[in-house]
Amino acid sequence: MAQTDMIFAGFGGQGIQAAGKLIAYAGILEGRHVSFLPSYGPEMRGGTSNCHVIVSDEPIGSPILNSATVVMAMNRPSLDKFESYLEPGGILLIDSSLINRDPVRTDIRVFTIPATQIASEMGNLAFANVIMLGKLIKETGVVTAGNFEGGLKKVLPERKHYLIPEEMKALRIGMDY
Amino acid sequence: MGEKILMKGNEVVAEAALRAGCRHYFGYPITPQTEIAHYFAKKMPQYGGTFIQAESEVAAMNMVYGAASAGARVMTSSSSPGVSLKQEAISYAACAELPAVIVNIMRAGPGLGGILAAQSDYFQATKGGGHGDYRMVVLAPSSVQELYELVVEAFNIADRYRTLCMIMGDGMLGQMMEAVEFRDQEDICQADKSWAVTGTEMKRDHNIITSIYIDPEVLEKHNLKLQAKYRQIAENETRVEICNCDGADIIVAAYGTVARIIKNVIKTAEKEGIRVGLIRPVTLWPFPAAAFEKYAQVPKAFLSVEMSAGQMVEDVRLAVNGKKPVHFLGRMGGMIPTQKEILEKIREILK
Amino acid sequence: MAIVFQRPHALRETQMHYCPGCTHGIVHRLIAEVIDELGIEGKTIGVSPVGCAYNNYLYFNCDMVQAAHGRAPAVATGIKRVHPGNVVFTYQGDGDLAAIGTAEIVHAANRGEKITTVFINNAIYGMTSGQMAPTTLIGQVTTTSPFGRKPEIDGFPLNVCEMLSTLKGAVYVERVSMHDIKNIKNAKKAIKRAFQVQMAGLGFSIVEVLSTCPTNWGVDPVNALKWIEEKMIPQYPIGNFRGKDLEV
Repeated sequence: MAQTDMIFAGFGGQGIQAAGKLIAYAGILEGRHVSFLPSYGPEMRGGTSNCHVIVSDEPIGSPILNSATVVMAMNRPSLDKFESYLEPGGILLIDSSLINRDPVRTDIRVFTIPATQIASEMGNLAFANVIMLGKLIKETGVVTAGNFEGGLKKVLPERKHYLIPEEMKALRIGMDY
Repeated sequence: MGEKILMKGNEVVAEAALRAGCRHYFGYPITPQTEIAHYFAKKMPQYGGTFIQAESEVAAMNMVYGAASAGARVMTSSSSPGVSLKQEAISYAACAELPAVIVNIMRAGPGLGGILAAQSDYFQATKGGGHGDYRMVVLAPSSVQELYELVVEAFNIADRYRTLCMIMGDGMLGQMMEAVEFRDQEDICQADKSWAVTGTEMKRDHNIITSIYIDPEVLEKHNLKLQAKYRQIAENETRVEICNCDGADIIVAAYGTVARIIKNVIKTAEKEGIRVGLIRPVTLWPFPAAAFEKYAQVPKAFLSVEMSAGQMVEDVRLAVNGKKPVHFLGRMGGMIPTQKEILEKIREILK
Repeated sequence: MAIVFQRPHALRETQMHYCPGCTHGIVHRLIAEVIDELGIEGKTIGVSPVGCAYNNYLYFNCDMVQAAHGRAPAVATGIKRVHPGNVVFTYQGDGDLAAIGTAEIVHAANRGEKITTVFINNAIYGMTSGQMAPTTLIGQVTTTSPFGRKPEIDGFPLNVCEMLSTLKGAVYVERVSMHDIKNIKNAKKAIKRAFQVQMAGLGFSIVEVLSTCPTNWGVDPVNALKWIEEKMIPQYPIGNFRGKDLEV
C-alpha cells in the first residue's frame, strides 16, 4: 500500500486526536512517512474534533485530505460530514453505539462496531477509540499491532504506561470484532 | 541524528530555537501559534533561560530589541495580527542592526480575520511591514523537519549578518505533526558581538545601540551600509527548491504548505501527460528570481498558487519579466487550494 | 589644591543640546554622580527615550540603548533578563512614559522588573514643540490645547507615582523636584536609593522628577523654577510613595 489517507472524527473528548497520533506514531515505527493535521480553534472546545492522518511510503505532499481511503466516525455529525470524503472502495468505520443511521454509500466497505458500549463494559469509556483502531488496523493493515504498542509507549506519558496492557486488550477486541 | 519523533510544528519551532542556543523568548498569546509559548514556558527554566509573556506584541518585540542589544540569541513568535503590532520594533531593530528571529505562523486576514492557515502576510514580510528602507530574511519552510532546520539556520543568518530573520509558516504547518529528526549537535555560528551592550567594565568606550540618525548625510550613509548588507545577503543566502522543471509544460510557483499540495499535483498531472514543474522559494526574501529567469523559456506559462489574493505572484512576474504569461490561483480566508482546482486551472491555462 | 567640583566620570565630556534653563542636564548630572558614587559605571546600561533626551546616549559613559517611543521599559526588560547582574535604567519623559508607553511602564513595574526609571515630568511635550502631555495641568495652554487644557475634552493630569505605587512590583516610588538646591539634593538621594533598590534585587524603582521646559512654557528660566513650585507641586506633590524604609 503506497499511501493511506485517514480521517478520524468525533466529539471532543472521545480521544480522536489521540487516535490519530497513535496511528501516526505507529507509522513512524513502521519506517514510513506520516503526517497528522488536527482541526484547531473554536472547534476544539467541546464541539466536533477531527484530524487528518497520512501514512505513506513516499514523502507526503499535502497534509490536508480532500478525500480519504479510511474514515473513522465516532458520532453522527462526523458520519454526515465525512462519508462523502471516502474514495470508492474506501473503508468506513462506525461506532454504532453512538450513530443511529446507516451509511448512504454503497461503493465502500463499512464496519460497524459498538465501540463505546464495549468500552463501557470494559469499565473505561476512554478505550472506545482504541477498539475502533483495532478494527482499522485489522482491515487496512496500515500498521502492525506491535508497532501500535510501540506508538502507545511514545504517545502516553510514562506515568500512564501501566494502562498499556489494557489498551492492547481493547485493540485486540476491536481487531477480533 | 537521533530517532524520528512525532512533533507538532509549533513545538518544533521552540525546540529548534533551544537547540540553536536561544535562551530568551518574549511573546504574547495568539492562535494558531500558542504552543510555541507553551513549550518555552515549560522548558526555559530547565535551560536557565527567560520566558516572558509580555503585556503586548509591541512590548514583546521591544523586549527582543533589548535582549538582542544585550547580545543574546532571542526570539519572538506570533500570528498575523500580532506580527502587525511588532512592526514598529522590527523597523527599529533593522536600523539598529540587531540579530533576532521572528516567527509568523500566519492566519487569515485582514483585521482579526480568522485563525485558519493563510499566506497573506507575504507583502508585510518581504516588502517591509514597518517603515523605512529595510529588509529581513524571510524563510518559508514547508515541512516540520524543514521548520526545525530553518529555525536553527535563522539564528545563524541573524547573527552572521546582524539582521532580523523571519520564519513564515502558516497555521497548518504550526498545528500539524510530522516526524522530525534532530541532530545531536547544532552548527552554531559564533558571531562577534563586541558591539553589544554588556557594561563597559571600564575597559572600553561605551557601546551604543541606536536607530536614530538626525544628520541626513549620516543617515544616508547608514542606509547605504544597510543596502550593501542586503545585497550581500541576497548573494549568499537565497534558497530555492526546484522540482520537475526541465521540460515542464507549466511551472508553478508556491511556497510553504501550498508547495506540498503542488507536489501532489505534479504526480496527478503526470498521469494526464502534463508535466508540471515547481519552483518553491525557501527564502521569500531574498526572492530566488534567478531560478525563474533560468527556467523562463521552458514552460508555456507560469502559475503562482498562494493562500492569498496574489502577493508572491508580483515577484514571480518581476522575475519572469514578460517572457511568459504568469497566472495566479489563490484562496483566502483560511481556505486551502485543492489539488483538483489547481489541476483544473493548469488544464485551462494549457488549453 | 583640592578639587571641589568636577564632571562626574559617568558623564561624557561633551556639550549637551538642551535649552537654557532646562533641567534635563541637571538630572543627567545627578544620575552620573550616583553612578560614580556607587561605582557601577562599568556595569550600567542605560536606555534612552524618544523626546528631548533621545540622544542622551551621547552624554553617559556607560553602555546605552536608544528605544522606540514609550518602549524603554520593555527594552530594559530584555536587557536586564540577559544581564541580570548589570544595572539597567531608563530615562523617559512624560509623553514617552505616561502616554505612548503607559502599558510598558505599568507592566514593567508590575512584573517587579529589576530596573530603575528616571521619569521627567515637565507637563509638556518638548521635542515636538509644546504639545499637551498627559501630565499637562488643567488650564495649561499648549500648542494642542490652545485654550487651556479642559478636562471635559482632554481629561485630567495623570499622576504617575500615585498610580504606580498601587502595584506590588513597584517597590520604590518617589517624586522629586528640580526647582531649588534643597530639592535637587533630595532628588539625588532618591535616584541613588532607586539604583540601590535595583542592586539589592528588590524590584522596580522609579523617581519622577518635576522639571522645567522654559522654551515651551514660554517663561524665563528663573520663572520656570517658580512655575514648578507654584503650579506643578500642588498637582504633583513631592515625596515618597513607596519604599521609604527599604533596607538597601
